[in-house]
Amino acid sequence: MPRIPLGEAIEASINFFVENFSFLTIAFTRIMEGVISFMENTLMLLHPLLFIVIVAALVFWLTRKRGLSLFSLAGLLLIWNMQLWDATVSTITLVLIATLTALVIGIPIGIVAALSSRVNRVVQPVLDVMQTMPAFVYLIPAIPFFGLGKVAAIFATVIFSMPPAIRLTCLGIQQVPKDLVECADAFGSSRWQKLFKLQLPMATPTIMAGVNQTVMLALSMVVIAAMIGARGLGGEVWRAIQRLQMGSGFEAGIAIVIVAIILDRVLQHLGSKKQ
Amino acid sequence: MESENKIKIRVENLTKIFGPKSRIPEAQQLLEKGENKENILKKTKCGIGVSNASFTVMEGEIIVIMGLSGSGKSTLVRCLNRLIDPTEGKIFIDDEDITTLSPNELRRVRLTKLGMVFQNFALFPHRTVCQNAEYGLEIQGMAPEERRQKAFTALEQVGLKGWENHYPHNLSGGMQQRVGLARALAMDPDILLMDEAFSALDPLIRSDMQDELIGLQQQLQKTIVFISHDLDEALKLGDRIILMKDGAIVQSGTAEEILTNPATEYVARFVENVDISKVLTAESVMIKPKAMASPEVHGPKSALRFMQKEGFSQIFVHDKKKQVIGLVSADAASEAAQRGEKDLFSIMQKDFIHVTPDTPAADLIPILADIPYPLPVLENGKMKGIIIRGSLLAALSERGRSSDNA
Repeated sequence: MPRIPLGEAIEASINFFVENFSFLTIAFTRIMEGVISFMENTLMLLHPLLFIVIVAALVFWLTRKRGLSLFSLAGLLLIWNMQLWDATVSTITLVLIATLTALVIGIPIGIVAALSSRVNRVVQPVLDVMQTMPAFVYLIPAIPFFGLGKVAAIFATVIFSMPPAIRLTCLGIQQVPKDLVECADAFGSSRWQKLFKLQLPMATPTIMAGVNQTVMLALSMVVIAAMIGARGLGGEVWRAIQRLQMGSGFEAGIAIVIVAIILDRVLQHLGSKKQ
Repeated sequence: MESENKIKIRVENLTKIFGPKSRIPEAQQLLEKGENKENILKKTKCGIGVSNASFTVMEGEIIVIMGLSGSGKSTLVRCLNRLIDPTEGKIFIDDEDITTLSPNELRRVRLTKLGMVFQNFALFPHRTVCQNAEYGLEIQGMAPEERRQKAFTALEQVGLKGWENHYPHNLSGGMQQRVGLARALAMDPDILLMDEAFSALDPLIRSDMQDELIGLQQQLQKTIVFISHDLDEALKLGDRIILMKDGAIVQSGTAEEILTNPATEYVARFVENVDISKVLTAESVMIKPKAMASPEVHGPKSALRFMQKEGFSQIFVHDKKKQVIGLVSADAASEAAQRGEKDLFSIMQKDFIHVTPDTPAADLIPILADIPYPLPVLENGKMKGIIIRGSLLAALSERGRSSDNA
């Protein structure tokens, strides 16, 4: 039996897109690189100490939890002390951009999928593929389109972290009790009024859980993305692996954990507050 | 009142069939041939929601649509505001055919004419009581100040003043449904659709809410379509009752018509557990008084003769304007006659207990046990009839039996 040339077919189609559209994606990359370095530089302008105090204060203002606020303060000071500050800022920037992009694309898709069963039937299998495909695989086509570096890393991160935003937005809206939707209809709500006055507010806790998941997945992707030149904390881990430096590997790992805990707890709190 | 004679809702041959689109015409044909619900479901996989229902609702009337679960009553009421689109038939509200409206026109009708109250309240948990009450007005696009005012008024009507800024989950079931009612009332719709509105409440609260609805209705004079599976509730609230079975209307009429004259065995079975004494009124169990005495013409002797003739030991006395003013007992009359007195006034007992024609028969029994004379039924002071123990018991047992046997 002859071998079915599935890989060749995929490669050919990707090549086709690369040949015809890469000039667009490369131009996009240049612009994005500008935006990213602008953001990084802006964040770097602040003295780390001032930055850390602001973050701790912000955490307290958002959650009213003294313990979490103190943890942020101590954790970030530790990162600064380990001389991983620049890498951390770079990682946070990357996560921030990737997450925002994933949410801006993912939440509307989730809304449409919740309201139209036809769209839902298309979206669900695509999400299944996106979630089960090993994350490394996304890195390969990211390079010819966006070149080595941060933009390719963000591209892979967005694809990897978007599914929970779509799924949980969709779920949140579908879970709005049927009698409430019926009631909104009975009172003469238009489709938009129903969405903004009932469905989205009711789905907010679930959507926030999706946002949380997206952020966590984006953070977990930074190490993998370091393989195509994303640098940041992932870059530190990647370098430690290559040089077998256990100490600095763990240091960078701990820094990632600290950032993850702060983001997770704050987002969880924001999600549950609405309920 | 002439407004009461205006038809508000007219439903003509309404049918709703649930199921795969391609098989609905087949199910429709079977239904027209008189096939029953189960067979149609077996043959076509289509469920019959409502089958060929026609009725009218007058302005200012409370009509109760009643039936067991699965009888199609909820489907029927959802067809009225097209939460469910009927398969066939017409619905007119103020002579406007609801079934042919475009989505926008339908929204306009829902916004202005139809308020709905739901079985499980369906309050929006993310909105305060006040925000819930003003939802309909917000949808209409009313200015915040104005709609707040109207929501406050509606909440006050249902007795929730002071709770405006609480969230629904802080309220008891009865209070939550008051919010549901206020939300519908705030829009000042002509028609209130109430889908098992009080069924989720416990019996005492339910009874309170029913009383309150009756009170509100006296002020507001809305047209109310009330869905219920509870016959006692239907009897209490309904000016008229529509009984449904398997999607079809089996009988409609006033409470008494349905109870005393069940159209089918199904209706008879439905009503047999009702305590008949709660439904029958004084008017329906009273008998005609054969004779009255008037002091201007009759003396003790003629009064005595009346009593002997009728076999009563008391006679009621009325004045020239036919106002009942008292009663004379046979003992007093015979004593007076022996003394040779001619005046009835002096031997008349002036204070006596009386009831009105709409007093429930259940209330009559204890009264009758306490008084030694027949119970007079008065309307505006005039004698309508009298009730004696024997006639009451006879009426109760007879009506009870006729609904058992039918």
